[in-house]
Amino acid sequence: MYVAVKGGERAILNSYRMLDAYRRGDRAVPELSLDQIREQMPLAVSRVMAEGSLYDPQLASLALKQAAGDVIEAVFLLRAYRTTLSRYGYTQPIDTGAMRLQRRISSTFKDVPGGQILGPTYDYTQRLLDFTLEAQREADALPAGGDALDSAMPRVTDLLAHDELIDAEPVPDGDPEPFDLTRQPLDFPASRAARLQNLARADEGFLLSMGYSTQRGYGNTHPFAAEIRYGTLEVEMHIEELGFSVTVGEIEITECQMVSQFAGNADTGPKFTRGYGLTFGYGERKAMSMALVDRALKAKDLGERADSPANDHEFVLYHSDNVEASGFVQHLKLPHYVDFQANLELLRRLRADGAALQPTPQAAPTALIDEAVSQ
Amino acid sequence: MSALHATVERDDHYNFAYLDESTKRMLRRALLKAVAIPGYQVPFGSREMPLPYGWGTGGIQVTAAIIGQDDVLKVIDQGSDDTTNAINIRRFFGRVTGVATTEATPDATIVQTRHRIPETPLREGQVMVYQVPIPEPLRWLEPSETETRTMHALAEYGGMHVKLYEDIAQHGHIATTYDYPVIVNDRYMMRPSPIPKFDNPKLDGNPALMLFGAGREKRVYAVPPYTRVKSLDFDDHPFTVETWTECCDLCGSRESYLDEIILDDAGTRRFVCSDTEYCNHRQAQQRNDKATA
Repeated sequence: MYVAVKGGERAILNSYRMLDAYRRGDRAVPELSLDQIREQMPLAVSRVMAEGSLYDPQLASLALKQAAGDVIEAVFLLRAYRTTLSRYGYTQPIDTGAMRLQRRISSTFKDVPGGQILGPTYDYTQRLLDFTLEAQREADALPAGGDALDSAMPRVTDLLAHDELIDAEPVPDGDPEPFDLTRQPLDFPASRAARLQNLARADEGFLLSMGYSTQRGYGNTHPFAAEIRYGTLEVEMHIEELGFSVTVGEIEITECQMVSQFAGNADTGPKFTRGYGLTFGYGERKAMSMALVDRALKAKDLGERADSPANDHEFVLYHSDNVEASGFVQHLKLPHYVDFQANLELLRRLRADGAALQPTPQAAPTALIDEAVSQ
Repeated sequence: MSALHATVERDDHYNFAYLDESTKRMLRRALLKAVAIPGYQVPFGSREMPLPYGWGTGGIQVTAAIIGQDDVLKVIDQGSDDTTNAINIRRFFGRVTGVATTEATPDATIVQTRHRIPETPLREGQVMVYQVPIPEPLRWLEPSETETRTMHALAEYGGMHVKLYEDIAQHGHIATTYDYPVIVNDRYMMRPSPIPKFDNPKLDGNPALMLFGAGREKRVYAVPPYTRVKSLDFDDHPFTVETWTECCDLCGSRESYLDEIILDDAGTRRFVCSDTEYCNHRQAQQRNDKATA
């Protein structure tokens, strides 16, 4: 009897059960708690929140647990949940200059007001597997108190802006309501706000490769990491009924500002231009890559050669989203036998036509050449 | 067989049809515009759905925007009600709406489909919802959306005719077999979604409303009832559809689109209707006829 790919409802329900068992693994091993994921895999949680565009470490931990550690699947889960949430309004713009910093480095100045702070970073770890962690070594407690950080930590780009050495990027007239990529379709030419939102949600790996491509010569912008900062800040919301702003929570963010040379054009003299990167949580690689790509996307507006992949707005913005990309790539798993049948029918007809036009002896050499060429 | 049933229990955690009401209103506005300009791709604020992009999120959002308590939903994939993706989407709507579902085409008020139009003719009042992977018919000729939107505005469709001509010059046939481009209402070029071109004639002057949703690409478009839909062709190379020398192995139909089933590794194969409901209905009818005779 004929058995096509028609597994039906029972197969789907069985797949749920098998997936659950796969995710849980050996039941002799204690189950992961959300607290453990949130506290001990904070970089994974950060990435899921950033690309899921939802700041909620607890839900991001749940998504990671449910996704068995697959970050893109976790991002997908968080985004689908986000769709169902009501929107109460917009927060006040955050001021990253007023962050409580854990880390702050500049590669453009030896010293900056407030100093350079390495903070928690893998940068200077020697990448040797630490077998004492396998043996469950406890992390050393940080000394109580510690050195208090300077309260004034101005952003390096603000220092450059003070001397008018960098493009100002003022708030547009009338401070219009921001474009919302999750509610409005992307259209072209895409505004800077739309571009930055797209990049903030974009796949880290995609941005990393696009940013890297600009460094290797496909649209080089000669960037410097003016500043990278990671820390926490309070988010405020203006409450109409109260007539003032209240703090609705505290979030962790990572910001990167790259500065690039710009030769100037007819309108403006030479100055620095910036590329901007911002992520929820601690996501330095993503923030840096985002800043490189943001700058590359400005090339056309600045009148630079804009012929590399990273300069192409449609190419970058349409292909940066991993939930879109993952869904469409994997939809190839769905049955396509109707379309395949249509192709099969055409192919058979073309071959039948070919057979009907058997080469005459004179025509044979050409046919042989064709055959040779097509192989 | 045509009995209506709720597939799964309604989950009250979610709003009726999953989307919130303002999102549905946004979608309905986009759909009204689409109906007003047949074949024109209307951008809309596509939402992140709990099913993956490329698996029908556009069709699901369109269905969610138009479905009501009294609707009867049919979902097919490759013409069949019981392929896993069709079952999954039907279960999703059962869970978030609790509406009745059916396999019988005449009983359905909404038919969501991937890759096929049912063989049973549709009637007035029915809505077909198509899942669309790539809405832009000119995409393989021009990758830039900015460019293709301009081409539509200017009705600059010569490139597609050249492509079809090149097919004929090279192969003697037009080599596009599915998602075959059409002109809607003598104006916009449209992709009918990856239905085989066998189904294209069903689009022309159909009494049902045809809605197309592309979630990832964030576009909807429509063919209103009784609208002219012309498959592209040339005077000396008229549009033709697939034909089979075989008939359906189960119901004997010579009019339906056939799936080829490979039975062994020695080249034995049989052909059966891709529209399983149509095929089952015909078989039941034949059994009845035999019993009464």
